[in-house]
Formats: sequence, structure tokens, C-alpha cells
Amino acid sequence: MPDEFFAILTFQGGYNTSIVLVGVIALGIGGGIIGVFSFLRKRALISDAISHATLPGVASAFLLGTTLGGSGQNLALLIAGAAATGALGVLCVQWIRDHTRLPEDTAIGTVLSVFFGLGIVLLSHIQTLQASGQAGLNSFLLGSTAALMAGEAQLVGGAALIAILIALLLLKEFGAVAFDEEFAATLGWPVAQLDLAMIGLLLAIVTIGLKTVGLVLIIALVIIPPVAAHFWTIKLSRLVVLAGVFGGLAGWIGGGLSALLPDMPAGAVIVLTAAAIFVFSLLFAPRRGVIAWVMRQLHLRIRAASVRGLLAMAAGYLPPDNLSYRVVRLRGYLDGDARITESGARAAGKMRRQNQLWQVYRNRHPDAALAFSPLAAKPIEDVLPPDIIAALESEIR
Amino acid sequence: MMASEFLSIDLPAILVAVLSATSCGLLGNFLVLRRQALIGDAIAHVALPGIVAGFLIAGTIATIPLMIGAMAAAIIAAGLIEIIRQAGRLESGAAMGVVFTTMFAIGIVLLEQTDASNAHIDAEHALYGNLESTLWLGVTNWNDVLSREALSKLPRQLVTLAGVTAAIAILITAFFKELKVSTFDPGLAASLGLPVKTISTALIVVVALAAVAAFEAVGSILVIAMFICPAATARMLTDNLARQLWLSVVVATIAGIGGYGLAAFGPQLWGDSHSLSAGGMIAVVAGLLQTVAMVAAPRYGIFCRARRRRAG
Repeated sequence: MPDEFFAILTFQGGYNTSIVLVGVIALGIGGGIIGVFSFLRKRALISDAISHATLPGVASAFLLGTTLGGSGQNLALLIAGAAATGALGVLCVQWIRDHTRLPEDTAIGTVLSVFFGLGIVLLSHIQTLQASGQAGLNSFLLGSTAALMAGEAQLVGGAALIAILIALLLLKEFGAVAFDEEFAATLGWPVAQLDLAMIGLLLAIVTIGLKTVGLVLIIALVIIPPVAAHFWTIKLSRLVVLAGVFGGLAGWIGGGLSALLPDMPAGAVIVLTAAAIFVFSLLFAPRRGVIAWVMRQLHLRIRAASVRGLLAMAAGYLPPDNLSYRVVRLRGYLDGDARITESGARAAGKMRRQNQLWQVYRNRHPDAALAFSPLAAKPIEDVLPPDIIAALESEIR
Repeated sequence: MMASEFLSIDLPAILVAVLSATSCGLLGNFLVLRRQALIGDAIAHVALPGIVAGFLIAGTIATIPLMIGAMAAAIIAAGLIEIIRQAGRLESGAAMGVVFTTMFAIGIVLLEQTDASNAHIDAEHALYGNLESTLWLGVTNWNDVLSREALSKLPRQLVTLAGVTAAIAILITAFFKELKVSTFDPGLAASLGLPVKTISTALIVVVALAAVAAFEAVGSILVIAMFICPAATARMLTDNLARQLWLSVVVATIAGIGGYGLAAFGPQLWGDSHSLSAGGMIAVVAGLLQTVAMVAAPRYGIFCRARRRRAG
């Protein structure tokens, strides 16, 4: 089993499997990169409105295909239909947001539920027609459960590549609009058109991934990778690269897993892989990750406890609480019988002097002192210039 | 149309539709005003994994375990969204997107891995609902409607929903002032000593309860439509919260009856004997009502605003 999985991941799992894997990886990379912009604009869930709004388009395209004498299963036609109503959905969201008193989240909720409702009405009509190929429509909802066909994967992968190229070409412009719309406007850039292009790419990636991943889960491909990437960096270029890598990784591993285990639906496995990357980033990212945050808090508490303990010792008392007692004991400032050691006396004296200096400084320069937190700060010598410290010391005496 | 057919098939379905629309629509007013419209969306989506998990743990498709599963999933999702939003300093939309898609994906994998998909809780059913399957067996004519025997055979979903709707109406009436202040001015509410956090948590729990009760009968997407459209329609028409609540009930009722009627009897108008999805059609009618309000509302509709702009 591990051998087989390795073979699939290294593109030796047969022609069809490899093509499908490449297509899914391209989809993941495209979703990650394009998702960065709506994430930065704090409009991640606009993709939810788009994906649900594609359903009436898919159903209409199927009806059209059947009426024209085809099977209704033509993927290009279905995708075109999806894109048409998806675009209409975005326009409706923007219209409601800009021209009524209703906020954007209400607009998104309205569009996604009403368009989806219309799609379901159309699907219930299709069911009564007994036309062939209806079963294929279900994969638009929850993704393909069966393996993808090489031809479909080529279409998906090719379209995703084009979307990626456009996004990379317009990277600088998109970044400026996403980070600071007004600044971009003062530079004379066509903000409205760039906005439209961003939404257009989002629409493209959602519609081409629709049949593979399903309309409920496709939005995960444009939301989760950028969110995971933002734990590691806030620089646009790195964010784009990292989100693309995370999306691609999700497509690669998730696509490989679903090729290995035939009854694992591809879309769900890809999304769960992306979710695993997210959880890893949330926990382990340096600086912005949860564990780094917890470590910083602990560090701060220990430092504060040590300051408390030493100040108490300098005044002739024992450390006031359990934590500060343990900290000074651990550092050898107190011996086993709770007597102050030689190094303890030195440290306590130093801490008292520091504290006095800080107090004088705060009294004389209350505004400037606000910038320093005495607990988190380094020794006062590292923060303030020597002439100020000399002045403070002369004041203590 | 035969009276017995209407009483046993159409009447219970209409009542279920109106009650789910009313219970969700009432709560939707607060979601819309608090800019939490999409929490209804997230909760509706995670009901699927909740139901599957409830089935796997209890081993039956009895209502109670499935509802408990869906409730638990909704509350877990709301908690996770809040944790991730704060821990990751994220916009709430992004946090929701991460949480509900992940839980939905887990639900689909579980569904495929077990025989749950054979046991009538297939995913499509969960998304569309099945209003048409609500049957009131045992009534044949109007005289029976209030007889004890017929009432004892009322469809279970109908009884559940009636209870949930009544509970929601009572809760909103009892805590009207608290809800109102904490919705419009959380700062003021906190300074008045109101437990703002508890109120918003309680609201989410009640939203989950309403979603689950309605979800079983009408599907997750109709639930989202009912949380948002009636409240948004009413919001276009008035600034007064009490009036907005009443209006949303009226809109929900019209959407429920009109949508069911169009879906069940509409196709017959052009000679098609099949009926359409009632859940979907109710969402469509609710959307149409909201569109009319957005365009033609007396004060805030775009016509009136355009006219005022010209005049002023």
C-alpha cells in the first residue's frame, strides 16, 4: 500500500491517474493563489455565494444540452452555464451591497440560498425528464466520487494554469488594491477594473473546480490555503507562493489518496488535507502560531514572577507567591532553607536599582515611559541611553 | 382536488414550511442586524456531519440522536469559529469558511465510508430536504381535523417544529429588550450590566436548534434562505424592530405557502403532472419578495431613493 501510494505521488500510477493528479495539483495551486486576494480584502465568503450560484447555471446548461439533442453531459457547456449564473450571483451581491441598506454578509446569504434554491427547482424538473446523464449532475454538488477522466482533468488543469498566469501577471496591481484600495486609486490605477479581474479569476477557479470538488467544498480551496499561509508571513509575494504551495500540496496528497482508495471522494480528501495543513500552521507557525504565542505568554509570566520575587527579596521578604518562589529558587537565588544566596543578594540589589531607575524615569517622562513595558523590557541599560541613566542615578542619590 | 388528499399531503407540508420559515425568519432578524447572517449558513452546512455522526454513534436513524448530533455539530462549529477567529486574528468569514468546509468534508467522508448512505440520510436529502414526504395519515375530511385521533397522528416534524417555533416566539418576547439593546448597541448593553456574551452565545444555540428542527424537514439551503430573506425583506421596510419581526413572519408565511403552492400546483398550469422541489421554490419566492422590497420599498427602496435624490 505505501509503495502504491508512493508510485501514485511520483506520477507512476498509470497515465490516467497521473493526468488527473496534475489537474488537481494545478487546481489547488490556482485556488491558493487566487484566494489570497479575497482573503486580504476580508471577503473570503464571496466565493460561497459564487459556488452556490453556479447550480442554476449547471442545471440550465444541462437542460439546454438535452434540448439541443446532446446528452447534456458536455463539461464545457456545463462549466459555461455555471460561470454565467456564478457571475450573475456576484453582480447581485455587489448590487445589494452598494444600492440597498443591507450589508454584504446578508447579500451573500441571500444570493447563495436563493440561487441554490432555483438550482434545486431546476434539478427537480430534470429528474422528471428521465434524460440520460443525470447522475453526473450530482458530482457538481459533492464532487466526483468516481475517478476523474483524463480529458476532464486536462480541461481543469489547463484552465487553472491560465488563471494562475493571469494572477501572477497582475500580482503587483492586485496586491495594491487588496492591501490599500484608496492608495491604489491615488496612484491612478483602475481599481474598479482590477477588482472585476480579481472576482473574474475567483469565478474561473470556482467553476472549473466545481465538478471535481463539488460546489460546497470548492470554496475550501480558495479559503483554507491563504488562511494557513498568513500564519507564516504577511508579505504579499511570500503569501502568494505559500498559499499556492499549500493548495498544490493539498491537491497532490489529497488527489493521491483518493486515487489510492477508490471510495474516498476526491473533493473531501483534498479539503481535509488542506485542513491538516491549516491546523499545522495554526499550531506551529513561528511568531503567529498558537504554540509560539503560548510560549511567549509563559516567558512573560516567568519574567514577571522573577521580578516580583527579587523585589520582595530586596525588601527583606520572601517571594510573595508560589510561582515567583519557584522561579528564584530554580535560579539559585534562594537556597533550600529559603535563605538568600550570594548571587540572590546581587540579583535582588540589581533589580531594586533597576526598579528605582524606572520609577524615576516614569515620574519625569511619563509619556515616553508608556512606550516601555518594564516587565517585558530588557535591563534598563539596554533600553535607555547612558546619559539619561546617569541623570536618573543622580536623582536617586 | 380531493379534500382528503389536500389534508393528508398538502396541509402538513404547508404547515411545516410555514413553521420552519417563521422560526428561522424570526431569529434571522437578529442575525441580519448583528451582521452574523453567515453564521446561519455555517450552521446549516455542518448539520450534515452532525447527522452522520449521530447516526454512527446511535446506530439508528431515529430523530432524537440525529438532532442531538446536528445540534452538537452546530455548537462545536460556532465554538471553533470563535476560537480560530481569535487565535488566528482572522476575519470571521475566513474562520467560518475554514470550519464549515472542513466539517462538511468530514461528513462526506464518513458518509461514504459507512452504510449511512443507504439509510436514507444521503447528502442530497440533507441539502434539499424533503418537504413532500411529510404526511398526515388518518384524516380524510375537514371534520376530522380537530378530532383527538387525527391529532395524535400529526406528523412528528410538524409537532417538533410547532414546539420550537413557540419556544422561539416566547424567548424573543421575554428577552426583547435585552436582545434589542445588545443587537443595536453592544457597548451600551455592557454598560447597563447586560451579559452581552451570554446573549450572543444563547442566540447561536437557539439558531442551531431552529436550523436543526427545520433542516430535517426542509433541507439546509432552505434554512439559510429563511434565516436571511424574510428578515432582509422586513429590514428594507421598517426601522422599528418590533414591526420588523412581525413583517418577517408575514413574509415567511407568504413564502412558505406561495412556494409550496407554486411547486406542487404550478407545473399543472402548463399540463405537467410532476411537481417541483418545494424547498427550492420557497427559497426562490422568498428571494423574489426580497427583490420587490429592495426595489420598491417605500423609504429605502431604490426607486424612492432615486426619486429623493432627484428632488433633493
